[in-house]
Amino acid sequence: MTPITPAHYLVLSAALFSIGLIGVLVRRNLIVIFMSIELMLNAVNINLVAFSQQWQHVVGQVFALFVVAVAAAEAAIGLGIILAFYRNKETVNVDEITLMRW
Amino acid sequence: MPTGYSANDLVLLLPEIVLTTGLLVVLVADLFTGRSRQHWLGWLTIGVLVATAVPIVALSGHATTAARGLLAVDGFGAFFKLLFVLAAAITVLISRQYLEVEQARPGEYYFLVLCATLGMMVMAAGIDLITLFIGLETMAVSFYVLTGFLRPNRRSNEAAIKYFVLGAFSLGILLYGMSLVYGLSGTTRLREVAVALATQSDSLALKLAVVLVAAGMAFKIAAVPFHMWAPDVYEGAPTPITAFLSVGSKAASFAMLLRLLLEGLPAMAPEWRGLFYVLAVLSMTVGNIAAITQGNVKRMLAYSSIAHAGYILIGIVTATPRGVTAMLVYLMIYAFMQMGAFGVLALLRRRDVVGDELKDLSGLFFRRPLAAFAMLVFMLSLGGIPPTAGFMGKFWLFSAAIEAGYVWLAVIGVLNSAISLYYYVRVVVFMWMREELESASVHPSPGVAVALTVAVAATIIIGVYPAPLFELAEASAKTLGMAPRVLSLR
Repeated sequence: MTPITPAHYLVLSAALFSIGLIGVLVRRNLIVIFMSIELMLNAVNINLVAFSQQWQHVVGQVFALFVVAVAAAEAAIGLGIILAFYRNKETVNVDEITLMRW
Repeated sequence: MPTGYSANDLVLLLPEIVLTTGLLVVLVADLFTGRSRQHWLGWLTIGVLVATAVPIVALSGHATTAARGLLAVDGFGAFFKLLFVLAAAITVLISRQYLEVEQARPGEYYFLVLCATLGMMVMAAGIDLITLFIGLETMAVSFYVLTGFLRPNRRSNEAAIKYFVLGAFSLGILLYGMSLVYGLSGTTRLREVAVALATQSDSLALKLAVVLVAAGMAFKIAAVPFHMWAPDVYEGAPTPITAFLSVGSKAASFAMLLRLLLEGLPAMAPEWRGLFYVLAVLSMTVGNIAAITQGNVKRMLAYSSIAHAGYILIGIVTATPRGVTAMLVYLMIYAFMQMGAFGVLALLRRRDVVGDELKDLSGLFFRRPLAAFAMLVFMLSLGGIPPTAGFMGKFWLFSAAIEAGYVWLAVIGVLNSAISLYYYVRVVVFMWMREELESASVHPSPGVAVALTVAVAATIIIGVYPAPLFELAEASAKTLGMAPRVLSLR
């Protein structure tokens, strides 16, 4: 049995971050984009907790808790903004956000 | 060695405590004021900001840390906090008339402006990754709501969506960089990070961390190529919020960037210098060239603010005390001229006219000579024409670059200033030499009049007699990273 080392967590976190990054760039639905951003933030949390374990102190875990709290606040605000947009425009597709272009 | 909170912390954190109390008072007062007396909330907000400014000035001579080394109490922080309070006060002054035209409720609006100010203050004072990140988010979340504050307005909706998605995206990138910095150094305190990283060899992970942090912050200061959100958000947001966003948010992000780079990552200077060199050149050039083609003044000012971010980044590239001083001076000057220009635009907003197209300014001189004169001063200052403040700001930035050996950066900056004159002067041409479209007159409220007078006066006075501001900025820049090192608690 190979033990699970910090490197394993970092690979997992990098993969999750990349999935989130690609999701933001290629998906067209606002809600899915928003979920992809949440994936990126959770990748950060995995990193923080893994490092916290490696350094043998709780700072990283405290950091992760703050990230979770802020992500919750952002979710509330973000869904509110998306809802306000939907009321006026009846869509959540980013291809139809076309009022302002240079 | 600080082991817990003490009564002394309460004194050192007084500006933040006063502001937090004040913003709660504004929120509650909103519930108890009738619709006809809502304008009092504006004056209450101004009162809160003045009350916050008092302890900031009183504490500006300190060089210490508060809250177990999470926040620095120093001249650098005080300089930026004053800038934020000033920008917030001007925002509130130019907001009232605008909100009345838009028929929006001012209560939550003022509350959110104060929340954003609080976030900025934490960003300028934070010397811990967690504190900086919380400050950044307090500011950003308030701005997401403020940008979309005009809910029935589709442009405002769109702006909020774009700002939110790109803001959250950039936060993810920044946090990933921060998590790597923490992982490599084993601490979140910037000054301990600096010590831990000083002895480390350059690893790929460290380089990745610097790139990610730089990219995340470049989003916030709207530097090319991370600027895509800025024109749309600036155009769609309520005009006073655009002003606050382009001044307050930018200055706060620069303050945070300086803390991160100079206090936390000085060992990586060769890497980030190169990165920001490229970003500065791109921002100046792309910002100015794109601004030329704009017919909407708010959009034009958005591109111009991208170009100004490029000028200010010169100070980060030099990373000398002289360069940082020039940045502080420029940000203060930029606050006055940019807020002023948006103040004039907010004044032009009437029930049936959006007032942000170039043609809306036609013949402004014949309708409102004073407003046109104010706009003239701001445009000349943004373009960097003597004897306005903008000229002094650019002069110091470019001379700091030459002194540090970045001659080409200064040359590119000067060339770009020349390009920028084209679109600033075009605004003036419209105000003086075009027929006025319609005669509906604009009447400035006392608040707008005060805000514009202060901005014009500051722009001219700093241009003619810049020594006091320069000395203040020099003294403030010196304190960056000078507070006593807090020993590890762990």
